[in-house]
Amino acid sequence: MFEYAPAPESRSVVDIKPSYGLFVDGTFVDPVDGGSFKSINPASEEVLAEIAEAGNEDVDRAVRAARQAYEKVWGPMPGRDRAKYLFRIARIIQERSRELAVLESLDNGKPIRESRDVDVPLVAAHFFYYAGWADKLEYAGFGGGPTSRHGGGVPQPLGVAAQVIPWNFPLLMLAWKIAPALAAGNTVVLKPAETTPLTALLFAEICQQADLPAGVVNIVTGAGETGRALVEHPGVDKVAFTGSTEVGKAIARAVAGTRKKLTLELGGKAANIVFDDAPIDQAVEGIVNGIFFNQGHVCCAGSRLLVQESVADRVLESLKRRMAQLRVGDPLDKNTDIGAINSAAQLARIRELSEAGSAEGAERWSPPCELPERGFWFAPTIFTGVTQAHRIAREEIFGPVLSVLTFRTPAEAVEKANNTPYGLSAGIWTDKGSRILWTADRLRAGVVWANTFNKFDPTSPFGGYKESGYGREGGRHGLEAYLNV
Amino acid sequence: MSERVAVRKTYKLFIGGKFPRSESGRSYIVQDANVALASRKDARDAVVAARAAVKGWAGATAYNRGQILYRVAEMLEGRRDQFVALGAPADEVDAAIDRWVWYAGWADKLPQVYGGANPVAGPYFNLSAPEPTGVVAVVAPGAPALLGLVSVIAPAIVTGNTVVVAASPDAPLVAVTLAEVLATSDLPGGVVNILTGRISETAPTLAAHMDVNAIDLTGVADAELAADLEVRAAENLKRVLRPAPAGHDWFADPGVARMTVLLETKTVWHPKGV
Repeated sequence: MFEYAPAPESRSVVDIKPSYGLFVDGTFVDPVDGGSFKSINPASEEVLAEIAEAGNEDVDRAVRAARQAYEKVWGPMPGRDRAKYLFRIARIIQERSRELAVLESLDNGKPIRESRDVDVPLVAAHFFYYAGWADKLEYAGFGGGPTSRHGGGVPQPLGVAAQVIPWNFPLLMLAWKIAPALAAGNTVVLKPAETTPLTALLFAEICQQADLPAGVVNIVTGAGETGRALVEHPGVDKVAFTGSTEVGKAIARAVAGTRKKLTLELGGKAANIVFDDAPIDQAVEGIVNGIFFNQGHVCCAGSRLLVQESVADRVLESLKRRMAQLRVGDPLDKNTDIGAINSAAQLARIRELSEAGSAEGAERWSPPCELPERGFWFAPTIFTGVTQAHRIAREEIFGPVLSVLTFRTPAEAVEKANNTPYGLSAGIWTDKGSRILWTADRLRAGVVWANTFNKFDPTSPFGGYKESGYGREGGRHGLEAYLNV
Repeated sequence: MSERVAVRKTYKLFIGGKFPRSESGRSYIVQDANVALASRKDARDAVVAARAAVKGWAGATAYNRGQILYRVAEMLEGRRDQFVALGAPADEVDAAIDRWVWYAGWADKLPQVYGGANPVAGPYFNLSAPEPTGVVAVVAPGAPALLGLVSVIAPAIVTGNTVVVAASPDAPLVAVTLAEVLATSDLPGGVVNILTGRISETAPTLAAHMDVNAIDLTGVADAELAADLEVRAAENLKRVLRPAPAGHDWFADPGVARMTVLLETKTVWHPKGV
């Protein structure tokens, strides 16, 4: 491996406050009972800031602020004006992109190359895309809603949206939730993940800078209990959650029998299928991107490699050579490919499942790789000789760990790919067009990447089949979750 | 000449294209007829039949599915009087026939209206298309018996789903007679399965069944039961259609939501290049 001099991005562009309150009704406020928790940098375990923990009363206050803003300001506002606020937000995100990228990498541990080139540009694009929908909802193809179906009127928003997001793409998941909700005319109360609240709080400042009316966006920080209070609050009309399938099911139970509309984007165990005629070098790049992008903290990660038996040795040899080139380390270093694992708890889970992989008989391999002493790190890892019964082939690891299985026929590949309760994404690598379409037709997954992987775009719907959840985010489809249609 | 002795009809279940009695050997009386009282085992058998039919029905061309739904309308038109004799008002029967025609036309149009190319910012082909979610359990509304039943079955199957319908306990004769229409419309066996009997017996089994992909609670009048069924459905994250609001107008234009909630959008990406 070439020796590169470190090329760290400067963190002076970010001004982190010692402590943050809750963002309710347009201002930062202290929580009623004064609870707080710390957000740390997972690459160094340094405390970044003290974060307010919202209790039931705080959540109630935020929901009431959102209701008030929905009824008095945002609901009645012409779509044309809502659009302009969203365009403003998109522009401010672009203007402050470096600051957001550095803060995201500090709080989350992801490489600056990814936060700078993927997360933040997609966040701006998402707001820009949905901004344009705000005054065109009657053209979105959902009809005018139950009351105005014949008149072809404007479909109506739902009201107050409760949104709970994960830590793997903190600001991007915020954008996926807030942009379509606001475009459709809803107001929101959003809870960021407890380990990655900082960019959401900076986003709150951006809302202030954009002069977004008070109460349209409210941000309550906290852990699972805060999320539960928000989701179960009787004053919310809509619940949107991205996170684990286990919590998703609990939320589905919690909203049963209510009027709350629910969309869920949950776990995955995607198959990345490499056929014998695939362009091997491109496929290897796709495999690496599929599982090591964002440390594998990706619900749609290509975590099960299904490789045709006749090319398995060649693919694995090439893959190992490529993995030996991956640079693991300081997220702020522009050379870094793989950053820090987001938390001690997640690192423990990755270790536990990897140990189960070895214990169940799969063969483990990692390239020689020096890991920093402080912080949470896990070397890129593959397991070969994996069977479908192994835990590492069935459970979502959510880390840089790839399980390799083989197949002989296309039918067997499809059978194995679909042999999971999840159905979020899948990959296909082959030079034969008809085989791509044949395979894509049979895969039970919401996003199929053929000869590419982990591509995202605001115009492209994203979401799962089966236990990966329901509803779509992105595109025209993403509006449906926030309209009364 | 003595008066002719009428041939009475036995009203049985409709599972996998056949008309079996309940495996439990039970029946109950509605409108002077013995009607099969479906058991939990019948519900599970119906799910097996519905699952077996998914591959062929979802894989059929949209044109083919459209023609079969239109054929159902033709068959129903021919049996108009039979439904009127069972108590369905003539205008309701007409509306039910027209509803089949309306949905028949959606088969090859919904994928165009609800899917399409996405203009992603990069050199990629990107296409979203809806696909059926799979097996759908349906609790049918009791009134209007025929129009309500047709209005929940047609939107589920037109896109390629298969259904297990818990018919309203008060209106099973209409449901079984509709099954006879379906059985003579070239609809493959197992695409529609109909259970008669108690909702409290069959619906919880269907809601908790791990091989059912979605549940339509339209006909569940009891709010507590509806909530309980929704909780059961969460175990494998079934797509849920909640009960219809009281006073729902079944004669109005149904819109597309009944179809779209039972669809999965699949988006396929491919790079462009030489």
